[in-house]
Amino acid sequence: MSTDTDPTDADDATAPAAGVDPEAVAALEARIDELEDELADVRADADDGDGKMVIIATKGTLDMAYPPLILASTAAAFGWDVTVFHTFWGLDILHEDRSKDLQLSAVGNPSMPMPNAIGALPGMDRVTTKMMEKRIRDNDTASIQELIDTSLDMGVEFQACQMTIDLMDYDEDDFFDGVTVGVGAASALGDMVDADVQLLV
Amino acid sequence: MSVDISATETLDVKGENCPMPVVKTKQAIDELAADDVLEVVATDSGSMSDIAGWADTTSGVELLDQIEGDGVFTHYVRKTE
Repeated sequence: MSTDTDPTDADDATAPAAGVDPEAVAALEARIDELEDELADVRADADDGDGKMVIIATKGTLDMAYPPLILASTAAAFGWDVTVFHTFWGLDILHEDRSKDLQLSAVGNPSMPMPNAIGALPGMDRVTTKMMEKRIRDNDTASIQELIDTSLDMGVEFQACQMTIDLMDYDEDDFFDGVTVGVGAASALGDMVDADVQLLV
Repeated sequence: MSVDISATETLDVKGENCPMPVVKTKQAIDELAADDVLEVVATDSGSMSDIAGWADTTSGVELLDQIEGDGVFTHYVRKTE
């Protein structure tokens, strides 16, 4: 610490050196305070470990129902705020009856061990689905129902797009308890702009 | 690696696969008090990286240890707050 300076002068903002405009100094100091406050806000936001994720779920096949539900339940386990916005065939995941009967098709899926011409025969989707359901059971993979129940328990917000509910001729009561209806693209975008992770499935 | 950890509770998720070990760990941790230690016993080999990643990203938990042996993966998670 310096001893040859009067300590009352060192930090005294009201006594600038000769030739310095006191108003300019005051304005700069006000600006510094303002920026420090902003920096504190930014740091507080960055330190907030609890993230936010929004998933748009558009598919209603058995295989494509898994990714949004697995990510949603896992993100909820991270303590994140999670919204899954279901639209078009993604509504079937939240539909109490239809979610129990999600199907898998070999047609158009070159990763399945079945030629398209065979997969397109009547009843083949049912066969393919049964094979997949058996694999899911044998592997002790969680069921769709289990993932939905768990996600709801953990506070995941499931939303059913109102426009596609009407388009698909579903009823608002067709969906699981706890599903939010009466929402559209604007509310989804409003959630997405604040989210750390946004996914379209 | 330390083995001298006394767990408050044990969660058995043997036979369960992604994402359930992590999800059930979180649910079990929520039931505990600060400084309690949860022992998670899993058979999912993916639980080693999943629970480590979860603990790293989630506030209020600390991964104390992970032990692998005989196809069983044991994790010790402390609730910090």
